[in-house]
Amino acid sequence: METLQKIASELERGHDKEVRELVKLALDDSVPAATILEDGLIAGMQVVGERFRAHEIFLPSVLLSARAMNAGVELLEPHLGKTDARSRGTIVIGTVKGDLHDIGKNLVGIMLSGAGFEVVDLGKDVSPEAFVDAASESGADVIGMSALLTTTMPAMKDVVALVEERGMTGKVKTIVGGAPVTEDYAREIGADGYGFDAANAVECVRELIG
Amino acid sequence: MGPFLERLKDGPVLVADGAMGSFLMKHGLEPGRAPESFNLERPEVLREVARLYLEAGAEVVQTNTFGGSALKLASYDLDDRTEEINSAAVMAVRETVGEGAYVSGSCGPCGRMLAPYGDAEPEEVRESFRRQIGAMVDAGVDVVCVETMTDLAEATLAIEAAREVSLDVPVMATMTFDATPQGFYTIMGVDVPSAARGLLAAGANVVGSNCGNGIEKMVSIAKEYRDCTDAPLIIQSNAGLPEMEGGEVVYRETPEFMAERALQLLEVGVQIIGGCCGTTPEHIRAIRAAVRPRPQADAAAA
Repeated sequence: METLQKIASELERGHDKEVRELVKLALDDSVPAATILEDGLIAGMQVVGERFRAHEIFLPSVLLSARAMNAGVELLEPHLGKTDARSRGTIVIGTVKGDLHDIGKNLVGIMLSGAGFEVVDLGKDVSPEAFVDAASESGADVIGMSALLTTTMPAMKDVVALVEERGMTGKVKTIVGGAPVTEDYAREIGADGYGFDAANAVECVRELIG
Repeated sequence: MGPFLERLKDGPVLVADGAMGSFLMKHGLEPGRAPESFNLERPEVLREVARLYLEAGAEVVQTNTFGGSALKLASYDLDDRTEEINSAAVMAVRETVGEGAYVSGSCGPCGRMLAPYGDAEPEEVRESFRRQIGAMVDAGVDVVCVETMTDLAEATLAIEAAREVSLDVPVMATMTFDATPQGFYTIMGVDVPSAARGLLAAGANVVGSNCGNGIEKMVSIAKEYRDCTDAPLIIQSNAGLPEMEGGEVVYRETPEFMAERALQLLEVGVQIIGGCCGTTPEHIRAIRAAVRPRPQADAAAA
């Protein structure tokens, strides 16, 4: 459908006003909201993710596309049924305690939202309790942790330990990432997954949720 | 030490100092606390690190003000003490080095993204740097070092703020690049030629790169800079990338490894060679001995 393709391409260009207008047009034309979301917005964000992964575009473009996506989703939200939106799964994300770096974590949130997941973003300097409480409250499938500093990485171990303590191991999966984080480290602390970049994080989440 | 820019033009290579953060952590800086808190609470640690780097052969010694812009300090509720924090840092270094080294005022990112990518407005970012750099210049820095930048717009605002504060204090500006299959780019998509162009246009006197890479990639970055500008260059390399080994952080590039490759930086025509994350006084001593040995001090290292 031509309008949906236009939505995707305007989203790829980061044009939030155009995306808003086209989404309105599609809704007026009685295109189901879930279809607009899937074939317009998510399809566009998918291309953005691929281009970013291929180092063809950078953070600024991704952020503008994310803004365009959010503009579109805002208009669709009242029309989306409970079963339509974000039924792929729920992830709680945050930058661990003591760490204020969130660019990577924000990117992961954008990619996950863009792929149709429900994202609960706790921000930065997030305590293990906050991660696990949010996971319980939101019925999350995955907890995603980010760190940029080697000194704050140990906090990831605390979150994994707390998940176990609360008897949630297996029910809530854990995934870690960030510049100094490695697959070895993820294994060492008992995390269920490791994402080496934002796009890989989405793949891992898909695998973990199954 | 004579005027900085003249020294760069007429003199041999200058060696700058190394990492600060790891040193502070060894002296009790806890994760989650602002490193700049030491400027108020533990200035003796600042003096000690400056002394060690000076003895190792550094002639450009940086202040502990990487996160000292008002906006960055605000995330620790310390912005009302911006001037004090920056001033104390400059004084700690000056008291230690006297006229034996150039005191370089470190200015790192403000921690916020400029609109339309984030919610920071240009004027508040410029003002944030103005407060920081104003305090540094008042306290007597020899040069301002805008560093670890990834956004050209932010770097421009910092350089402009420095020029506004004083036209007499030279400005260095360095960006942090990632090695991608498409070449070196900052996370915001700035390549080396764009960085050179933009930073110099904004008024920087010296340009270059710090952080993000070990010395081998830095040699490549230096070459790219040299290919597009004759301006003085500064390179402050990591001692490799940090790895976790049994609960400890290790940086793999040894002083010898870095010193050997520092000679390549010399060949490219880099005027100032220093270290970033993971480097120690030993790294600086080795680099100094390699690029501009001191007959007495470096006899042991040779």
